[in-house]
Amino acid sequence: MVLDDVFEHELLDIFLRRMANIEEELYLMKKGTLKQILLITDGCSNKGEDPSAVAALAFQQGISVNVIGVLEDEQSEQPEGLQEVEEIAMSGGGVSQIVYKQALAQTVQTVTKQAMTQTLQGVVNQELKQILGPKQSLEELPPDQRGEVMEVVEDLGETCDLEVLVLIDASASMHNKLPTVQEALIDLSVSLNARIGRNRFAIYSFPGKRKDINKVLDWSPKLDSISSVFPKLTSGGITPTGPAIKAAMYQFGKKSLLRSFRNEDESSIEEA
Amino acid sequence: MKMNQASRKPELTLSQGGVIKGKWHKNRYTIKGELGHGAIGKVYLCESNGKQAALKISEKSSSITTEVNVLKTFQKVQGHRLGPSLLDVDDWVHPKNGHSYSFYVMEYLKGKPLSFFIKSHGEEWLGIFMLQLLDDLAKLHESGWVFGDLKPDNLIVTYAPPRLRWIDVGGTTQIGRSIKEYTEFYDRGYWGMGSRKAEPSYDLFALVMVMFHLYYPNRFEKGRSPEKTLMNKLHMTPQLKKFEPCLIKALQGKYSSSKQMKRDISAVLMNQQKTDTIKKKQQTPPVKRATHQGKSTVRKPKKEHPFMEGVGIFAVVLLFYTFYLIFS
Ligand SMILES: Nc1ncnc2c1ncn2[C@@H]1O[C@H](COP(=O)(O)OP(=O)(O)O)[C@@H](O)[C@H]1O
Repeated sequence: MVLDDVFEHELLDIFLRRMANIEEELYLMKKGTLKQILLITDGCSNKGEDPSAVAALAFQQGISVNVIGVLEDEQSEQPEGLQEVEEIAMSGGGVSQIVYKQALAQTVQTVTKQAMTQTLQGVVNQELKQILGPKQSLEELPPDQRGEVMEVVEDLGETCDLEVLVLIDASASMHNKLPTVQEALIDLSVSLNARIGRNRFAIYSFPGKRKDINKVLDWSPKLDSISSVFPKLTSGGITPTGPAIKAAMYQFGKKSLLRSFRNEDESSIEEA
Repeated sequence: MKMNQASRKPELTLSQGGVIKGKWHKNRYTIKGELGHGAIGKVYLCESNGKQAALKISEKSSSITTEVNVLKTFQKVQGHRLGPSLLDVDDWVHPKNGHSYSFYVMEYLKGKPLSFFIKSHGEEWLGIFMLQLLDDLAKLHESGWVFGDLKPDNLIVTYAPPRLRWIDVGGTTQIGRSIKEYTEFYDRGYWGMGSRKAEPSYDLFALVMVMFHLYYPNRFEKGRSPEKTLMNKLHMTPQLKKFEPCLIKALQGKYSSSKQMKRDISAVLMNQQKTDTIKKKQQTPPVKRATHQGKSTVRKPKKEHPFMEGVGIFAVVLLFYTFYLIFS
């Protein structure tokens, strides 16, 4: 009995210290801003490097890659190319979803928010593993303590700063989906701007006429001013998703990202 | 909706008679059947120690945890049963695939969907339920939370006595934060009529949309100017007509608390009853009540009452008079 009590007491102690650690870690992250690329596409990449590999690289840099595959309503079967959607998100540490046009708005915000939670949970798990060994994770905690940790994760998801770079596949087949995409993005900004934390959005389309990506909207806190630029996006038949994700990666936090990338970065963008 | 997340656990289906035993608290639950399923996992009717309960289980551990956190805060709102009460929280390790699934056990709410109940019991219940809902919302808002995902699917009428209860608490959000979960038709952001910040007025907007849904079960499109669409629909729905001024205020976010809205709705209902009784006294034919069939059939015998009473008195008087004539 006595021994048990001592043991329990000690465990509790360890747990409390662990929590403090996690909070501190997350607090640091909060200052560092959550970064996401949101890729909206309707098909398979057909040019340049493997998008999954590029997504993995982005994730290494602290940017998670989410992918939404948009289906036309009449399509009954999923086009083959959309398998790639899941693969890119998996290696990009993000969330993916394939939807019909009509459900796009709600999906865009769910995916974004889920990805935020996922990233923050990832940090928690990493921390737990470091303290309690490689087998420990959020799911292994007793329900009550898991509840406490989830509360911290939620608090941070609400208050952290967020940067979302929207990357739109502007190949010919996307043309009639663009009005819906535009609406969904405005809706996304309504959702995210209800948060306590700050947001920044940027929109790029790909491929650009001569470069990998094309700037549609520079970093800005809101997306309500996009109606004028949107109709002009569409291009030919190629879909160089990999190079586009790579170019998008360099658009984040220019101040802090490796300076050596600067030149490359400028040369791979063209203004809309 | 199926989201792809990093951790991938096979989806779970439990069959009747299966037994779930908690990893931490060791309680055993026998599955009796499925009650429903949603975005997050499945809900089963179960039995433990001879008592029935509802068990929600999912491969998404963190979503279960979040819902449990909300249910726990509900338990703290004293003297008021807001959601189903929370009975147990635990994990279950699947004996075959070895994965751990999180679950919680809650009070089993046996009842009927709102629309079903109103169809079978009469329109007059709509007003009552609105008052109940506004009461509950007031309590919730006072304790610092907003329901968020208010929609018919998340409401159930238990009885007797009939009481509107909440089932899915997944959207419940602390005031001042961004709404955690919503459904477009009921969301003021979708209609361009406000933000997605958790404020009491967010729930009041959704409440009006719940009422709309009763008369437009297939919902309707928002059209080019969403606000106009709503106003037109409101104007065109006879059953909502009497509440129109309050509902417009709620749609436009002009109520800052449920109490204000409740006061106005109560006033409408009381007034209506007053005019009903006046009409009854004047014995005017129930023209306006033609649609309220339940009501008028119940009332018919009452209306004949004064007349029968008169006949009765007359008969007694006549009897006495006859006696008087005979014995005098
Ligand atoms: N406590 C309960 N009592 C009775 N039925 C319930 C209860 N909780 C949920 N249900 C049923 O299960 C369905 C799905 O549950 P819900 O919590 O809405 O799932 P989700 O959050 O995943 O959408 C509900 O629509 C309802 O029919």
